[in-house]
Amino acid sequence: MSQLVYLVPLFPLIGFIINGLFRNSLPKPVSAVLGSGSILASFIVSAMLFLNIKEDNTFLVTLFEFIPAGKLSIPFSFQVDQLSIIFLLIITGVGFLIHLYSSSYMKEETSGHFARYFAYLNLFVFSMLLLVMGANYVIMFIGWEGVGLCSYLLIGYWFKNTSYNNAAKKAFIMNRIGDLGFLLAVFWIIQQFGTVTFSEVFTKASALSSGTVALTGITLLLFVGATGKSAQIPLYTWLPDAMAGPTPVSALIHAATMVTAGIYMIARSNILYTLAPVSQTVVAITGLATAIFAATIALKQNDIKKVLAYSTVSQLGYMFLGLGVGAYTGAVFHVMTHAFFKALLFLGAGSVIHAMHHEQDIRKMGGLKKHLPITHITFLLGCIAIAGIPPLSGFFSKDEILAAAFAQNKIYWIIGVLGAFMTAWYMFRLYATTFLGRFRGTHEQEHHLQESPAAMTIPLVVLAILSVAGGWIGIPELFVPNGHALEKYLEPIFAASNKVKEAHHLDHSTEWMLMIVSVAGSSAMALLAWARFSRKPELEEASGVGKVLANKYYVDELYDRVIVKPINFLGNFFSVRIEKGLIDWIVNGAGRLVQYGSRQLRWIQSGQVGSYVLLMVLGMLVFFVVQFFIKK
Amino acid sequence: MPIERYIFLSIALFCIGVAGVLIRRNAIIVFMCIELMLNAVNLLLVAFSKMHYLKNVATNPSAGIEGQLFVFFIMVVAAAEVSVGLAIIVMMYRNVHSVDINFLNRLKH
Repeated sequence: MSQLVYLVPLFPLIGFIINGLFRNSLPKPVSAVLGSGSILASFIVSAMLFLNIKEDNTFLVTLFEFIPAGKLSIPFSFQVDQLSIIFLLIITGVGFLIHLYSSSYMKEETSGHFARYFAYLNLFVFSMLLLVMGANYVIMFIGWEGVGLCSYLLIGYWFKNTSYNNAAKKAFIMNRIGDLGFLLAVFWIIQQFGTVTFSEVFTKASALSSGTVALTGITLLLFVGATGKSAQIPLYTWLPDAMAGPTPVSALIHAATMVTAGIYMIARSNILYTLAPVSQTVVAITGLATAIFAATIALKQNDIKKVLAYSTVSQLGYMFLGLGVGAYTGAVFHVMTHAFFKALLFLGAGSVIHAMHHEQDIRKMGGLKKHLPITHITFLLGCIAIAGIPPLSGFFSKDEILAAAFAQNKIYWIIGVLGAFMTAWYMFRLYATTFLGRFRGTHEQEHHLQESPAAMTIPLVVLAILSVAGGWIGIPELFVPNGHALEKYLEPIFAASNKVKEAHHLDHSTEWMLMIVSVAGSSAMALLAWARFSRKPELEEASGVGKVLANKYYVDELYDRVIVKPINFLGNFFSVRIEKGLIDWIVNGAGRLVQYGSRQLRWIQSGQVGSYVLLMVLGMLVFFVVQFFIKK
Repeated sequence: MPIERYIFLSIALFCIGVAGVLIRRNAIIVFMCIELMLNAVNLLLVAFSKMHYLKNVATNPSAGIEGQLFVFFIMVVAAAEVSVGLAIIVMMYRNVHSVDINFLNRLKH
C-alpha cells in the first residue's frame, strides 16, 4: 500500500507537464480530461490510502535523500497519516469537482490558454499535495512556495489586464513576507532541534518545558508564515484582490485549499504551539480580530466575489481562533466543512457570473431564483451552512470552535458569536440581493439568463450534499454519545498536545446555552436579512460608517501611505540622489580625470626625435644617480 | 699609463657624443655622434681588458680577453648599423630633400 503514496502527487505533476508542454497542440477536451482525470486518479489513490490508515498504521515513504549536510539530513519523504489524509481527500476531492466545473466555465478561452489554465491548476494541486504530504518542514516549504507561485499565476491568468496583474503581484509579495517568517522558523528549528522531520522535532519538543524562548519564537515565526498564506491580519489584503482570477480558481485556491495551508501547518505542529502559550494567545487573538474585522467589511461589499472573499478571511479567522484555544480538531473540522460550503458558494457565484455575462455587482442582479434553479438551491444551502444553522455542516464545526473559545475565555466567545451573527447577515444579504426580488440588470442580460450546463451544476450538487452532510462526522457528544467520529480519528495526531493540556470540558447545560444563543442569533439575523434585502435591496452608495466598511476600513490606503509610499520615496531617493548623484558622479569623475590627464600629457609627445633623446638621457641620468648615490 | 686617464678620455668622448645627439640637427652628424659614443665604450673596454691582463697574467695568461671580444662584437654590430643607418638617411634625403631630423616629427602621430 505504501508504494501508492507517491502516486498521489505524481498524477497532477504528469497532468501539469503534459498540459504545460503541449498546450498549443492539445484540443480543449483532451486538456480538460487530462487535467481533471489526473486529479480524479489522485483522489482514488487517496481514498484507497484512507481505507488503509489505521490508528497504528500510517505511511511514511522516503523517496530519496534530499539534502545531506553534515549532521543534518533532510530526506524527501512523504507522510500520510490521519491529518494529512483528510487534507488529501479535501484537496483531490474538491479539487476534482472544481476541475470538472472549470472545463465548462473556461470553455470560452482559446485552446492554448485553456490548457495553460489546467496546467497551472494541476501544478497547484501538486504543490498543495507536497505541502500536506511532506514529512518534514522543508518538503512542506517547497509546497508552500509552490502554491504561492500557482496562486500568482492563476490570479494573473488574464494577464492582459494590468489591474489583475497588480493583484497577482500583491498576492505574491504578501505571501513572500509570510514565507520569510516560515523560512526563519525552519532555520530556527534546525538550530534548535538539529532536524526538520516532523516526528523527530515533535518528540524533541515534547521534552522541552512549556514556554521556552525558542519554542515561542519558532511558533510565532511559523505563524507569520500562516498569516501570509492564510490571509490573517495584517497580511490579509491580498485575498480579496485575488478575486481577479477566474472564479473556479477562487473556489479552489482562495477558499477551499491553499488558504488553509496555515491551518494545516499549525495543526501539524500542534505540540509546538501547545508548549508555547504566548504564541497560542497571539494566534487566537489574531484569528478573532481577523474574523470580526473581515466580517464587518463583508457587510457592505457589493461585489459577489468580494463578499465571499471577506467571508473566507473571516472563516479562516475562526479556524485560527480554534487553533489558538487548542481546539485543533475543531479547526481541522472547520477547514473541511468550510472547503465544502465555500467551494460551493464560489462555484455558485461563478455560475451566476457566467449566467450574467461577467457581471459581478449584486446590485445589478436580483430575481435569479427562477432562472437558475439549481444554482439557487445549492447556493441557499451553502448560505445556511456557513451561517451555522443546524443540522448543516457549518453549525457543527463553528460551534465546536466557539465552545472551545468559551472554555478558554468568555470574551473570545462573545466576539466570535457576534462575528457569526454578522456572517449570517451578510450571507443572506448576498443571497437575497442576488436571487430574490426583481431583476435589475439590463434587458439584454435578462434575455440570455439560463442555467449553467451539467458540468457546472453537478459539482454544485455534490458540494451541496457535502455541505449538508459533511458536519455529521463531528456531531458533538451532546447529541449523540461517541458521535464525534472526527475527533476519535484525529486523536493520534493531537495526542501529545492533549497530554500536555487537558481540554476544558463544559458541562452540558452551558453547552446547550451557547449553542442556543448562537443558533437563535444566526437564524434571526438570516431571516432579518432575508426579509429586508429581498424587498428593498441596498442599491445606493453607503454613507457614514457604512462607507468606511465599504472601503474596507481604508486598510489598503493605509498600507499604501505607511509602507508603499515611503518605500517608493526611499527607492526614488536612492535612485536619484545616491545612485545618479553620488555613485555615477564618482564613476564618471574617474573617467573625466583620465581624459583630462591624457589631454595634458599629450603635449609631451611632440614627435621631435631630439626631445625624445633628451628625455631618454635625462631618464638614464636619473637611474644613474639613483643607482649610485641615493640607493646606498 | 694609469687607468683614470683612459676613463676620463672615454667619458669626454661619450659626453661629446651625447651632446652632439642632443644639440645637432643634421642626421649625419647625429649618426657620427652615436658612433663616437660606441667607440668611447670600446676604448673603455679595451683599457679595462689590458688592465686586467697585466694584473692577472701570472695566474691566467688569457685574463681580460672578454673585453677585447666585446669590442669586436660592437664593431661588427656598429658596422651593420652604419649600413642600415646610412641607408635610412639616404631614403630620408630622397623623400624630404633634407637631413634635418626636426623635419621627422611624424612619430607623434
